[in-house]
Amino acid sequence: MLGHLPALQVIIPLISAPVCVLITRASWAWLLATIVSIASFVIAVLLVHEVSAHGVLSYHLGGWEPPLGIEYRIDHLSAYVLTIVAATASITMVAARKSIEQEIPSEKINLFFSAYLLCLTGLLGIVVSGDAFNIFVFLEISSLSSYALIAMGRDRRSLTAAYQYLIMGTIGATFILIGVGLLYMLTGTLNIHDLQQKIPAIVDSRTLHAAFAFLTAGISLKIALFPLHLWLPNAYAHAPSMITVFLSATATKVSVYVMLRFFFGLFPPDISLEQFHLGKILLPLSIIAILTASFVAVFQENIKRMLAYSSVAQIGYMTLGIGLGSANGAIAGMVYLFNHAIIKGGLFLAMACVVLRTGSVRLEDFSGLGKRMPWTMAAIVLLGLGLIGIPFTGGFVSKWYVLSAAIEQGHWLAAVVIVGGSLLTILYIWKIIEYAYFKTPVSAKLQNLTTHEAPRQMLLPLWLLVIGNFYFGLDTSFSLGYASTAIQTLFR
Amino acid sequence: MDRRTSLIVREVCRLIIPAVMLFALYVQFHGEYGPGGGFQAGVIFAAAVILYALVHGRQKAQQILPTNTVVRFIVAGILLYAGVGVTTMVMGGNFLDYDVLLHGHQQAQHLGIFLIELGVGITVGAVMIAIFYTLDEFSE
Repeated sequence: MLGHLPALQVIIPLISAPVCVLITRASWAWLLATIVSIASFVIAVLLVHEVSAHGVLSYHLGGWEPPLGIEYRIDHLSAYVLTIVAATASITMVAARKSIEQEIPSEKINLFFSAYLLCLTGLLGIVVSGDAFNIFVFLEISSLSSYALIAMGRDRRSLTAAYQYLIMGTIGATFILIGVGLLYMLTGTLNIHDLQQKIPAIVDSRTLHAAFAFLTAGISLKIALFPLHLWLPNAYAHAPSMITVFLSATATKVSVYVMLRFFFGLFPPDISLEQFHLGKILLPLSIIAILTASFVAVFQENIKRMLAYSSVAQIGYMTLGIGLGSANGAIAGMVYLFNHAIIKGGLFLAMACVVLRTGSVRLEDFSGLGKRMPWTMAAIVLLGLGLIGIPFTGGFVSKWYVLSAAIEQGHWLAAVVIVGGSLLTILYIWKIIEYAYFKTPVSAKLQNLTTHEAPRQMLLPLWLLVIGNFYFGLDTSFSLGYASTAIQTLFR
Repeated sequence: MDRRTSLIVREVCRLIIPAVMLFALYVQFHGEYGPGGGFQAGVIFAAAVILYALVHGRQKAQQILPTNTVVRFIVAGILLYAGVGVTTMVMGGNFLDYDVLLHGHQQAQHLGIFLIELGVGITVGAVMIAIFYTLDEFSE
């Protein structure tokens, strides 16, 4: 049975999605989605152990040998990202019930969970697949279902947000498909492992350059790297609260994985960095992303939007690490990805708690919430410390490694920007704290509102993430140790 | 029904629809020998239903094929496909490794392809009909 784990990781959510359509009771649909998410997490943990014990796992779909057959290939990198995706999916789903019941019309809840399960299938599939075309297919599965999920948001603006994301996401996916198509034309293979062997021989081909360019643009769009990030703030701000939690912690992270897999796995790292100058594209864009997005975040009145801009900035840190072009840089990017999933997932989960109780994420409506929702606000403060990068938090560890990787490469400008970005983060986190703790509600409507603390079912997962934020600030054996093994196998 | 359809249109459809459906089945079950397969067959079959709905109105079509049934068909097709995969896993092969289904490589592959293409056909046809119903409901 253990041999089937790579396939089960994808098949279980894939089969549950249509079953979920048939379930008419909302609570049962939620239960199924939760059980499946937790099962995926268990499988991901088992895969981590299997990969540590036996090395790379290869699963041949239909029994056909790769490179002709489709291969699911789990190495350290995939197992690491699978754990992040499945863990955040489980935490989101456990917390989701009340929030979803409030925000989604009851006759659509089963379809909502079905779309969620398809999205999970796609995200997990991207990570397990060892076949470039399959990665594209799973990318489309996850993207199409996330457009539908975002469109189910609370107000009509979610429709335009989803449409915007649909257009941008489709352009990105098309570019990736063109890139993969060109690679197939050149080499006659779609298997990533096989492509890696064949690419060094054709490195002078102009078609290969074109393929690399298409892939870079397409993946950057999916990651929401500056200046291709415009879809992200709207999508995150107007999606249902729980979907923002889920997507912020998984979708862009999986896209970062695709970037690492394509540029350091499919293309050998030295070719990506030296022949195609990946760093020269990523570094300036990441630096601008960190500065401008953090700056814009400071002026947002809608806190979900603020955190979405903050995500664009944080993505800049990850691509900065990758763009430094050293193994240490890529490791730093991975660790950043890990900790950011916890922190940003947690912050958006706290937003979901606030939306559940007050129905608003506007800054002025946060006045006095520190008293009325003490546990939620305390979680925001603690996670905010992680986002800033205060020592003893996971956020510190990740910023520290990006910083030291930048200094190691002699990129002083990047180092200054990393610290500067943190200072801007203090500004916008402080704005939330100021409103929540030091301002009294101005409007009579808010004063009379008897807001009370979020339900325990949401607070417990939220505090699990808060504890995780501090735990991974002290014990980095998994977050850092596993990431270094993952990257070192790519850079070998 | 307020929209009057001409006698010619109705009678031609009465002739064409069975032929289209039969052709869909041909494309479905000859997919492994000739051009065709589940996707094309599903679309052709859906075209027959959509033609009926265009001529007689969506409500008439929904009396024969209600939305709920269509949704069940969507689900059934995917589950047939995935079910074949899971069956091969239970029987000791990899996911979708048809060789374990029967003795003999050719026969087993034949059966496997036949079943999953049937799943594809059912789902694609039902999805097409569902999209048509939904768009038509929106336009009202």
